[in-house]
Amino acid sequence: MSGRTSGDVILDLQNISLRFGGVKALTDISFNVREHEIRAIIGPNGAGKSSMLNVINGVYHPQEGRIVFHGEERRKMEPHKAAAQGIARTFQNIALFKGMSVLDNIMTGRITKMHASFLEQAIHFGRARREELEHRQKVEEVIDFLEIQHIRKTPVGRLPYGLQKRVELARALAAEPTMLLLDEPMAGMNVEEKQDMCRFILDVNDQFGTTIVLIEHDMGVVMDISDRVVVLDYGKKIGDGTPDEVRSNPEVISAYLGVSH
Amino acid sequence: MFYREAGQFKTTYAADQQIFPIRQDRLGMLLLLAVAFFFVPALLSEYWLKAILIPFLIFSLAALGLNILTGYAGQLSLGSAAFMAVGAFASYNFMLRIDGMPILLAFIGGGVAAALVGIAFGLPSLRIKGFYLAVATLAAQFFIVWLLTKVGWFSDYSSSGVITAQDMEILGYRFVSPEAKYLLVLSIVVVLALLAKNMVRSSVGRAWMAVRDMDVAAEVIGIRIMHTKLLAFAVSSFYCGVAGALYAFAYLGTVEPEGFSLDLSFKILFMVIIGGVGSIAGAFLGAAFIVLLPIALDVVVQQWLSGLLAPSVSSNLQLIVFGGLIIFFLIVEPHGLARLWQIGKEKLRLWPFPH
Repeated sequence: MSGRTSGDVILDLQNISLRFGGVKALTDISFNVREHEIRAIIGPNGAGKSSMLNVINGVYHPQEGRIVFHGEERRKMEPHKAAAQGIARTFQNIALFKGMSVLDNIMTGRITKMHASFLEQAIHFGRARREELEHRQKVEEVIDFLEIQHIRKTPVGRLPYGLQKRVELARALAAEPTMLLLDEPMAGMNVEEKQDMCRFILDVNDQFGTTIVLIEHDMGVVMDISDRVVVLDYGKKIGDGTPDEVRSNPEVISAYLGVSH
Repeated sequence: MFYREAGQFKTTYAADQQIFPIRQDRLGMLLLLAVAFFFVPALLSEYWLKAILIPFLIFSLAALGLNILTGYAGQLSLGSAAFMAVGAFASYNFMLRIDGMPILLAFIGGGVAAALVGIAFGLPSLRIKGFYLAVATLAAQFFIVWLLTKVGWFSDYSSSGVITAQDMEILGYRFVSPEAKYLLVLSIVVVLALLAKNMVRSSVGRAWMAVRDMDVAAEVIGIRIMHTKLLAFAVSSFYCGVAGALYAFAYLGTVEPEGFSLDLSFKILFMVIIGGVGSIAGAFLGAAFIVLLPIALDVVVQQWLSGLLAPSVSSNLQLIVFGGLIIFFLIVEPHGLARLWQIGKEKLRLWPFPH
């Protein structure tokens, strides 16, 4: 895609290394994400893609390396602080709150923006009541945007897989993130659902100006919608650039197709 | 036919977010409260109020407290009785040691004391989950009962830690008669149940449920796990503490630490499981089941079977039937009576034309 323009670097990862005991999940990885772009991370299974996202939003703490987000350097980030700074994400295996309705799930996405104390909420008067209504308004906008009005009050456990994925995206969007991390948003979907999801991702990027970092196995999708692609293999970066550059990179081809010995 | 929401259109989010969005539910609840406040004390005998309804309400409150922790926040606890004991003994000591202490303030103080103890024993929940946490809360159960028995100061140095609750007096009115005690307990329970309902339908309740359902995702969304879990322990223990204070002041009058044993904790846990995990109404239904069913069985056995069976057989028969019914209800609906109630309502919405 060439119509969009991306801005300055807002996330810069420098020499990130992550180990679990003796297992090296990520080794010396550096790449950056520009404002308003769609940045894809691809690679074979076990390449460290999800670990990379977990480093970005603070679920994992890398042993080495620097992360600069909006010009602010951090070594260690707690996930709820990352959320407060505008990083939202979805998960590879759907991580919705199964016992709650769609509406409640999405309302949970706005939790960092709600400030009434639990005592005010217990009395349900003044600020607590006002906040519930204001945030409901915002949540309804997200519901409209993702076209899930009809399932608003349904418990998420009862929804089919494709819709659950969409609700998870809604929950992430409800936080009005500046950066959205999507971990295989199209895994297990049929062609139609994939098209819908692509449309939503492009719309989010377009309308809200949200920067998107995305992991996806469907190469057609990746090459179509992303501005730049970074390729990981065995925890190392083997390629980085526009879809066309990556496609013709010999190292990437050998990682995906294998090489003759 | 009568339970229809057809024609009730919501035009504001406020109307859609009220506690009972369906008009029939609102009317039903008002009717229930009117009966509970005006007809029950006038019509029912002293025995009913004193021996059945007051303990039912108190256990409902304790089950409500445990349901906040276990049902909403997903933290299994076996220490509810211990938190009740803290509430009872703290309220007693507030009344004893502070001159002119208002009784309601003593109850709240008892609840706050229980909340603080609850937070302390909730700390392990930050590292352990599920059954392992339940075992850790057993420590609270045994330690608190032991402490209240061993340290004489808590019971004003009475033998074996027995305390006799002071009279309850509000603005010069003494709550002595069963009717007055019943109304006081009912008022406190209704207010606390309303507060609990408000909490679970607001962001704090959503945070609890999020931690219960998927804690990693909850953290990534921006929920502070530690804060949320400890708040659940605090609020839950507060409810148990107030229930314990009422247990001592409005129900038994005289209590000892041993009365708040593991048996009582289990009883409250059963109420939550049978009533419905994660439901406010479930706490009341579960308490009704556990408190009322043995009495009902007792009446049945006494009335109809007393001539046929030896007393030793009939009393055991009650236990057998009680146990059987618990198993039956759990098989029919593992999500408890509250879910049965909900399914019934959904069916009723369509009845008698299911299309």
